[in-house]
Amino acid sequence: MNTITPSQYLPETQQQPGRHFRAEKFDFWSFFFSGLTGLATLFILGILAVILLNILINGWSAISWHFVSTIPKKDFFDASTTGVLPMIVGTTIRVFVMTIFVIPVGVITAIYLTEYAPNTALITRIIRAAVNNLAGVPSIVFGLFGLGFFINFIGKNMDALLHNPSAVWGQPALIWAALTLAVMTLPVVIVATEESLKAIPPGLREASLALGATKLETILRVVLPQALPGIMTGGILAVSRAAGEVAPILFTGVAYYMASLPSHLSDQFMDLGYHVFVLSTQSPNIEQTRPILYATVLVLLMLTFALNIVAIIIRARMRKKLRALG
Amino acid sequence: MGIHRGHRARPLEWLAEKFIFLVSLSTILMVFLIFLFVAREALPIFFGETDTALVQTVIPPDEADKLSPAQLQKYLELTPEQFASMDKDSLKALMEVKQEALDEIPEKFRNDPDARANTTDWHYLLLPHQWSDYDKPEYIWQPVGQIQKYNIVPLLVGTLKVTLIGLLFAVPLAVGAAIYVSQLARPRVREIVKPTIELLSGIPSVVVGFFALLIMATVLQKLFGYQTRLNAFVAGIALGFAVIPVIFSIAEDALTSVPRAYTQAALALGASRWQTAWQIVLPAALPGVFAAAVLGFGRAIGETMIVLMVCSASVMSWNIFDSARSITTTIAAEMAEAVSGGPHYRILFMLGALLFAATFVSNMIGGAVIERFKLKLEGKR
Amino acid sequence: MKKLFTILALSAATGIAALAGNITVKGSDTLLILAQKWAETYMGQHKDVKIQVSGGGSGIGFAALQNQTTDLCDASRKAKSSEIANCMKAFGKRPTEYKVAVDGLSVYVNGENPVKELTIEQLAGIFTGKVKNWKEVGGPDAPITVYSRENSSGTYEFFKEHVLKGADFAASAQTMPGTAAILQAVSKDKSGIGYGGAGYGTGAKHLSIKKDDASPAIEPTEESIINGTYPIWRYLYVYVNPALDKGEIGAYLNWIRSDDGQKIVKDAGYFPLPAKLRQ
Repeated sequence: MNTITPSQYLPETQQQPGRHFRAEKFDFWSFFFSGLTGLATLFILGILAVILLNILINGWSAISWHFVSTIPKKDFFDASTTGVLPMIVGTTIRVFVMTIFVIPVGVITAIYLTEYAPNTALITRIIRAAVNNLAGVPSIVFGLFGLGFFINFIGKNMDALLHNPSAVWGQPALIWAALTLAVMTLPVVIVATEESLKAIPPGLREASLALGATKLETILRVVLPQALPGIMTGGILAVSRAAGEVAPILFTGVAYYMASLPSHLSDQFMDLGYHVFVLSTQSPNIEQTRPILYATVLVLLMLTFALNIVAIIIRARMRKKLRALG
Repeated sequence: MGIHRGHRARPLEWLAEKFIFLVSLSTILMVFLIFLFVAREALPIFFGETDTALVQTVIPPDEADKLSPAQLQKYLELTPEQFASMDKDSLKALMEVKQEALDEIPEKFRNDPDARANTTDWHYLLLPHQWSDYDKPEYIWQPVGQIQKYNIVPLLVGTLKVTLIGLLFAVPLAVGAAIYVSQLARPRVREIVKPTIELLSGIPSVVVGFFALLIMATVLQKLFGYQTRLNAFVAGIALGFAVIPVIFSIAEDALTSVPRAYTQAALALGASRWQTAWQIVLPAALPGVFAAAVLGFGRAIGETMIVLMVCSASVMSWNIFDSARSITTTIAAEMAEAVSGGPHYRILFMLGALLFAATFVSNMIGGAVIERFKLKLEGKR
Repeated sequence: MKKLFTILALSAATGIAALAGNITVKGSDTLLILAQKWAETYMGQHKDVKIQVSGGGSGIGFAALQNQTTDLCDASRKAKSSEIANCMKAFGKRPTEYKVAVDGLSVYVNGENPVKELTIEQLAGIFTGKVKNWKEVGGPDAPITVYSRENSSGTYEFFKEHVLKGADFAASAQTMPGTAAILQAVSKDKSGIGYGGAGYGTGAKHLSIKKDDASPAIEPTEESIINGTYPIWRYLYVYVNPALDKGEIGAYLNWIRSDDGQKIVKDAGYFPLPAKLRQ
């Protein structure tokens, strides 16, 4: 990508069709610094490419159907017998359970913020600040929160209420990991939904209201169906973010090893991201585990990346629509 | 949006509205609960209720009768229900355990001047202390052992060291790329480059950590020729990759939102594209770019897996090629072995609360700066 | 919402049922692979028994034992008095301790390092940072790089208590996330020294250890570790609530400590119990 020929600093036709500005004389420092910013961009893209290619090439040769469909029975560091089925299942289930909680709450909050909230009211500003803050809380703090709130408070009290002879809920479990992740990804869903609600022309709402529909009816029948792609994007982004997170589930549900698949919300589970961590740091023989490590990373990346790309495409389309309106 | 209550709301309508409002309060509730419950587990540290003194006063088990039930309950740290449910033998057995704990301590430590110290006192947490076996007062984080040393200063230094390296690496790159993408690149290039850089944020941090551990550590060691392969420098660079998309997105947003009239005026006066970007657009968008760096800081300081995988020794040193141990790493690595409810467990929660406070403040600053920036631009438009 | 509650309530009920027929094992990650191998073999012989193994760390195991969320707790260290006290508060009795295997710790150096043996005192000097150069212990003139483990690992704690006699590791010691990482580092670093399981250890040289200047240097072999002449070794433990130590669980614990169970120990890189401790 050559960034430094003068023709390229020209404002392109998208901005002011028919009008061209041209710097009068060649300025070395402009040339130099523009080049630097271009190089910075190239460097970031280059690193991204190196990471992805490295994983793709090394992972592709190690991945097999057997690998993704096997439950490791004895020693998961052994390349010939290991598999990642329980990790794929564990990651999928925890993320799925998470969406059940996070999407309704996130969408309703976004509806409140765009459709109902008085824009300047203190409460609206506090809610917005809370959303921003929630987005910035470190993932390990969510892990501590999950342990302190869901397990030590909710779980233990549930056990006491249900008179369980031994702790069933007051210990790390799939449901607590999923709930912790739901709290973590709440802002992702809210922001994406809000964006898509804002993209809907006010004229649509006005038309519906003018025809005698109530506000609620307008939201349910007119606004929400239009916002569906945006809500989906939010859900997908939340899922992709949650699928790759390890820190929040460390104390809330992930298991180092389980011989069987989780069958219950109070079970622990194995997880792809955590497994990557285990394989890369706990292996008894680093050279031997390298192929399965790469294969596991590739599986994880395919899962999170595929979702991300879909979300980015939907979002790009929506932004175009928004720009066309605005 | 613009329309408020066109006609009188029906009861159902009213209910639904209240329900929606209540659900939307959940975000506030969550932020509050996070702080409450992380801090709750750490409270005994703040109130000085934990005691790590190695040598505790022990009452011989056969003198149990001399104590009143209330004294006994307090001595054995029992709740009233537990105390009521225990018979005499189990109480005695519990006292024996206390005696055994004392007997198990090696002679060397029993006479150690620090053996009776409560090392979770804030003096020990924050100030250097000369422990036996050391020549001078030092900041030591060594939570495992006979005398537990919980000085959190090395962890703060480690966290800042790694975070700053990450930011020094990420901010120039991300802001440079943001200037390029928003001001200099052709629209078609921008359409491709922008989402691609944002794609970087889709790589899970555990994968970045894996890549840093396996590939980057070796490459950087060859480039710079330092001695230890895994250190704060490698962790910082890897951390930089994780925050580049965050800083890039926000900075690019800020640069793009500078009114087009500014650019057009500058160009019309004969400024080059670069001069316009550097002297007109960037200064106008500076608060936004600053907020991007602050929010990047918040993201970097809370990143766990990368630092956990790449380096972790709690060295008290500002040398970037030494190892470092961040707060997040400490929590992630040590929680599993800490005695549930014990002083180590509580201190880890306290560190979590500290981290939460730090990111809370940086988020508030970042958010406020962006909001004012947007208002200002709108006002000028 | 209603549906969710039904699901939650249902699973609350079945959760208890699922727990009743199983043996659950939780605790030290050091023992995890071994525990898994035991469970697999035992389940192969007794079709009606189901054993679920999970790790997390010895501390997690003790917490679970105290909450009665696990039947057996694997530990790579002895229970601390606070943990015993917590268990007594929870179920009124001291948890029963069983020794289930022996773990020898080796000190690794690079294959090219001429040093073959060290005394415990020299080791303590090196790992606490008082001895900084190989020539002080009979090697070449080169600074020593010390590799240690994460302080949450049982191996770290054991080495600290028994070799360093409780003193702190040198602040300059490199912290490695696992034994394999230490081995890899030492095999690449000519002046490196590290420690880890004696059952591991391709790529680096295992030092012979002398208890003190007067005693002979002992190589870490299966024989010398089991008979106790090699000085750096520890037991690995399983803890159980005595009220549960009967029936299926009791039988399983007995089997682990029988000749049959002990046969498996070597596959996991540890050493079997001496005959007098077996069932």
